[in-house]
Amino acid sequence: MPESGAQVTMRVWRGDADGGTFEDYQIPAAEGMVVLDVIHRIQATQAPDLAVRWNCKAGRCGSCSAEVNGKPRLMCMTRMNHFAPGEPITVAPLRTFPPIKDLVTDLSYNYQKAKSVPAFKPGPKEADGTRRMYQEDVDRVQEFHKCIECFLCQTVCHVIRDHEENKPAFAGPRLFVRLAALEMHPLDTNDRLGLINQQSGLGYCNITKCCTDVCPESIKITDNAIIPLKERVVTEFHDPVVWAWRKLTGRKKVELPVTSG
Amino acid sequence: MTAVPQEIRAEPLPMAAESRRRDAWWAEPLAVVVVLTSFGLYALWAALQNGNYYAAPYLSPFYSPCISVNCVHVTLPLIGSWWTLSPALLILGIPLGFRVTCYYYRKAYYRAFFWSPPACAIPDARRGYSGETRFPFVLQNSHRYFFWLSLVVLAFLWWDALLAFRFPTGVGIGLGTVVLVVNATLLTLYSLSCHSCRYLCGGYLDSFKDAPIRYRLWRWTNRLNARHPHFAWISLFGVALADLYVRLVAMGVITDPRIVF
Amino acid sequence: MSVEDRFETHEYDVIVVGAGGAGLRAAIEASAQGAKTALVCKSLLGKAHTVMAEGGIAAALRNVWKEDGWDVHFRDTMRGGKLLNNWRMAQIHAQEAPDRVLELEEWGALFDRTKEGLILQRDFGGHRYARLAHVGDRTGLEMIRTLQQHAVHKGIDVYMECTIQRLLTDDGRVSGACGYWRESGKLILFKSRAVVLATGGIGKIYQITSNSWEYTGDGMAMGLDVGADLIDMEMVQFHPTGMVWPPSVRGILVTEGVRGDGGTLKNSEGRRFMFDYVPDFFRAETAETEEEADAWYADKTKRRTPDLLPRDEVARAINTEVKAGRGSPHGGVFLDIASRRDPEYIRRRLPSMYQQFRELADVDITKEAMEVGPTCHYQMGGLRVEADTAATTVPGLFAAGEVAAGLHGANRLGGNSLSDLVVFGRRAGLHAAEYALAQSVVPAVDDGQVKATTSAMLAPFETVGGQNPYTLHADLEACMQNLVGIIRTESELEQALDEIGQLRERLARVSVQGNRQYNPGWHLTLDLHCARIRPGESPVQPGLATHPRPALDADRRRGCHSLGDRAQGESRRAHPRRLPGPRSCLRPRERRDAPRRRRDARLPGAPA
Repeated sequence: MPESGAQVTMRVWRGDADGGTFEDYQIPAAEGMVVLDVIHRIQATQAPDLAVRWNCKAGRCGSCSAEVNGKPRLMCMTRMNHFAPGEPITVAPLRTFPPIKDLVTDLSYNYQKAKSVPAFKPGPKEADGTRRMYQEDVDRVQEFHKCIECFLCQTVCHVIRDHEENKPAFAGPRLFVRLAALEMHPLDTNDRLGLINQQSGLGYCNITKCCTDVCPESIKITDNAIIPLKERVVTEFHDPVVWAWRKLTGRKKVELPVTSG
Repeated sequence: MTAVPQEIRAEPLPMAAESRRRDAWWAEPLAVVVVLTSFGLYALWAALQNGNYYAAPYLSPFYSPCISVNCVHVTLPLIGSWWTLSPALLILGIPLGFRVTCYYYRKAYYRAFFWSPPACAIPDARRGYSGETRFPFVLQNSHRYFFWLSLVVLAFLWWDALLAFRFPTGVGIGLGTVVLVVNATLLTLYSLSCHSCRYLCGGYLDSFKDAPIRYRLWRWTNRLNARHPHFAWISLFGVALADLYVRLVAMGVITDPRIVF
Repeated sequence: MSVEDRFETHEYDVIVVGAGGAGLRAAIEASAQGAKTALVCKSLLGKAHTVMAEGGIAAALRNVWKEDGWDVHFRDTMRGGKLLNNWRMAQIHAQEAPDRVLELEEWGALFDRTKEGLILQRDFGGHRYARLAHVGDRTGLEMIRTLQQHAVHKGIDVYMECTIQRLLTDDGRVSGACGYWRESGKLILFKSRAVVLATGGIGKIYQITSNSWEYTGDGMAMGLDVGADLIDMEMVQFHPTGMVWPPSVRGILVTEGVRGDGGTLKNSEGRRFMFDYVPDFFRAETAETEEEADAWYADKTKRRTPDLLPRDEVARAINTEVKAGRGSPHGGVFLDIASRRDPEYIRRRLPSMYQQFRELADVDITKEAMEVGPTCHYQMGGLRVEADTAATTVPGLFAAGEVAAGLHGANRLGGNSLSDLVVFGRRAGLHAAEYALAQSVVPAVDDGQVKATTSAMLAPFETVGGQNPYTLHADLEACMQNLVGIIRTESELEQALDEIGQLRERLARVSVQGNRQYNPGWHLTLDLHCARIRPGESPVQPGLATHPRPALDADRRRGCHSLGDRAQGESRRAHPRRLPGPRSCLRPRERRDAPRRRRDARLPGAPA
């Protein structure tokens, strides 16, 4: 950790859609500082027009995503003592999305994809007019609801990070988490497996787990959302036994013993 | 940014040298390459030996179940004497297929061998990418069938482990007995912690309210699944060492110490 | 050329400013009523301060305690607010909150469950029974995500990162709003028949605050500009438990759920000091011994632990302990759950707290006590609204959420804000849509108003004065923190008014560097103007940073506003038994649209 009062060098990307460069700023370190504090110090003392998104500064809102020393992280949850003293710390905007200015990028890809998800549609209520769900059923989905939409998983996912052309056909880990939440919701009755398999491009994911690695909420995106979705897609579209069973029985869908709450 | 649809905008930033990761991200893929290549070479060599795979009462797991009548120690005489190649080749496809289509190994070798991506936030090696949407990678969806077949193989490995207690002098325990029991245990943990197993045990349900047994099975496989990567590596070493032990005993290089007579 | 040709212009029946819980709920309701609705917010959708709400949403669902009911919730709310609340709002709130919670569930929210499969409720400060529907310690996130997704599916137009700077009026009625895109700095004009303000509070005028940069009081300022009333502006709640160390995270909230789930406050001597600070008002229902307090968690017939007194009482107690030298090493007190609950329980009930302390302070809350101290959290005051319709005194202008005043009186109970958002958010949306659809003509946009706004917005680029907006903001925060904190004195309030006067002069000399494209320095300058330390304004003209003015009215010391020269309990009028009507402490205005006041109304269960 840099000593209190010692200078740290921050190498911050400055620019816009037309291009930009890294600029160095010297800032005195203080105890317990996070990267976002340092960016704010730069704003307040050296570069008042340095653009950065932030809101809660407590790892709750997921606004201050950036690439610190090449790794996608939340700036508000990245302590300065995480870094070796003396070396400059690089802060760059999310690479996967088009730059707007400095550390701010255009995240509309994510909001457009979110619109493609069919809404939650609960089944009928219980006879007594209540909705009953049990903790063991909601535990799994609550993990997905922890998502703060920082889009770090989206930016680290190589399917779109390194292959811009895949963007129209691929929804990204954030959307898979959302789709998994709806798909496994004990009350939901909408069927989204076709969408997951086709338009959302689940097959593009090669489960290399970078989304899980960067998730600040420690959601096991790959193991708990994507792979179970892949297994459900296998049953629905790739399982020869299920296919043969359907041909024999004339049933459209496998009759899984799914109970509604 | 409005929610009114916009075109996905220009290309992302070209990656500047400053924004690359500076940590030793290459260490993990390198280790995977070294371990998997070594194991692959050893397994191929051992399978082609067609000898030294049985040292009474121990059968090498690479050759179990031995289903050719030409076997030194026949488990099930399914294949006639026309098969003159190594009997290992008849069954090795099952564990190989199980591991190749395993959700964890996929991550490991897509990163280490295919470099898509080599590590998180490190660019893919190749320009084009279609993930697991096309042949041959779409075949990864057969994982659950390899899981069922692996369970069959696993049953034989436990049978071998049981036979390893039966010495000409009566019931006893040798070091080889321990080796085979440990090997079968590790492979069992690896198989039961598999993502497909977790799905088939109950992961396909949206509500566990009326399925208490499946819920408990699913919970239990969840706990195992969290350690699936560990089991994957330990069982890999385990099975190679078990073969090596039986091989060395069969070759007369070492003698099997008896622990209990 | 008219302004409409020069600027990007959109026409709607209703525009909702602010996309937190109240704004989203209002937009959903207005849209459901058939009004063409737009939602405009300063940040990206789903980032509003509602995500920070941790503990839960208060509603008498009666899933855990059958003894609970709307009347008990109403009583708790009124007592917590020291009876300064608008009783009708408190009644509507208590009665409608359960429906709004169930509605969230209908839209996909997943609250923690009871064994019977119903919504689980937890204990919180000032609530008689376990009443807060919750999801671990991230209830606000669940709520905003549910509402956000519901709004998106309803096809409501959302304008993200778009700051509304001024409301437009035509002959005293609202006719729209104008502002700018943060991304490009380009101006945008909305023509609309009705506007719902849901812009939140003012927390960013304090140094130690749990609030984000967005909390600059835009809605209160804009409402005031077009003639709406502000009330109770001196009532600022300091949440008793914010982080105190390390310095850079000072103020980040530590949920009251820690205490609801068994945590206790201790001083440096290890003493549970809250037993020493039980005011007479709450003595009858508060435990006197540690054994009694601990028994209460399982048995609600016992008296409740003083750790869960309303926030104003706890914040003052902590303040006193620290000043008496019994604080923790970094100037707070200890909040201990580690020695009282097992680690697995703590991690399951308080996952965000566990992570927050581990990441930011290197503290494992399952092993050690947390260091906590008061942090600015909530503004009870704001725009005066009609209880049933959420209408302000300006025709066509509605307000809901923290920007509106009345429900919480002198102190808000934890968990009542989330229910406030959905109860009054819905009402604001409903009545704004009704109002808008009943208007036969679209009100006209006054070119002069738009031009005045745009030239004021662009002025800082021309100013040569050398004042740095960030420094000015820091000075404002320091002034408010030091002089208008938890315990206030008349002399310090006078001094604060002086300093704010100086800040006003400096604000006129703030110059902005760079261009209009995503320029935080410029945005902050405009936000400071919103905080109403605007040059040339008379100090009597009240504003957000000038809430010292009403605070000087000695009659109003109660709840979250304590004058240090006299102890809280000594003020004769501190806890009146009669319900006071809401009153404008700011400037005399017509009261015709003000919520009606019922004399002599008794609170159920109030001490006789």
